[in-house]
Amino acid sequence: MGLAAAEAQFHVLAVDDSVIDRKLIEMLLKKTSYHVTTVDSGSKALEFLGWNEGNSDEAIFSPKNNQEVEVNLIITDYCMPGMTGYDLLKKIKESAVLRDIPVVIMSSENVPSRINRCLEEGAEEFFLKPVRLADVNKLKPHIMKTMGKETQNHENQDNDEEIVETEIQSQSQSQSQPQQTPQSNTNNNKRKSMDEGLSPDRTRPRYNNGLTVMSN
Amino acid sequence: MEVQLQRSYLEYSKALFREGVLDAQFVELQMLRDESNPDFVMEVVTLFFEDSQRILNQLSNTLNEQSVDFKKVDANVHQLKGSSSSIGALRVRNACIAFRSFCDAQNVEGCLRFLQQIKQEYLLVKNKLEALLRLEQQIVAAGGVVPVLNDFS
Repeated sequence: MGLAAAEAQFHVLAVDDSVIDRKLIEMLLKKTSYHVTTVDSGSKALEFLGWNEGNSDEAIFSPKNNQEVEVNLIITDYCMPGMTGYDLLKKIKESAVLRDIPVVIMSSENVPSRINRCLEEGAEEFFLKPVRLADVNKLKPHIMKTMGKETQNHENQDNDEEIVETEIQSQSQSQSQPQQTPQSNTNNNKRKSMDEGLSPDRTRPRYNNGLTVMSN
Repeated sequence: MEVQLQRSYLEYSKALFREGVLDAQFVELQMLRDESNPDFVMEVVTLFFEDSQRILNQLSNTLNEQSVDFKKVDANVHQLKGSSSSIGALRVRNACIAFRSFCDAQNVEGCLRFLQQIKQEYLLVKNKLEALLRLEQQIVAAGGVVPVLNDFS
């Protein structure tokens, strides 16, 4: 499996109706070396994931690119017109095919009952907006949980740790922020900004070129 | 030359933070900028301008209708509150929060008056951000690094 390779990249689907927040979350996720797809609604998210309305028969399940769409985590805004983040969460957890994908909810409003409802419905985390790098750094364990499930038995703890270590290594290679403590993260960011020049050479190798934005 | 520019930039930024026009979130945005995304802040700010203008126009239209749809008004203000919060435009965000009480009370006149307030705060932050970004461009053109504020209290 290419999991432990430095090229391994996780794919995050970000759902938000705000164009600014989509831009922001996309940047935050790219910084953490994720491949990102952003969509502007819950229904577009489901479409991307290959879910069809009234689809209790999983045989009809057909991802857009048939088996090429693999999403390792979904991060969604709560307040969206039409389908809310909560509705999306429910649909995902109700689907036998999608339910193992970890879901994280974001909201600009700190409403405990809302947060609890989402967590009870199976959301892994709840981020208060504006989302920051320290928040996005918390996503890795949730993704790793499912990777471990898919490829190994539950007994193989060692492998999981190995994978995590390799990921962190590959991350420092790709110059994204270190993932230790959020505090040191912020200081590192600032120092980094102070020390780095905006070099004329902008051809730094990047993993994620295939950014799909499905917004209108 | 760029030392002077950088100093001006820092002074200008500090003043904006002191006056509450911008908050820590703006610094978060600046920290996301790097060699492969040097225009990130500019892009987000531009999106913010376009989006805000659209929302303010919608608000104006909705509030001037015969029968005001307050749900729509609320949804619009919620959007603007969110985007201003994401960019660090503190005063705009606070104005949106205050506006909501007029909206909840379904007070059209109050809303219209307060909409002017929001517009004012928006134009203020727009002018300031444009000036700030111009200074950044000058610094980069002079071969310097754009300083990021560490302590803006």
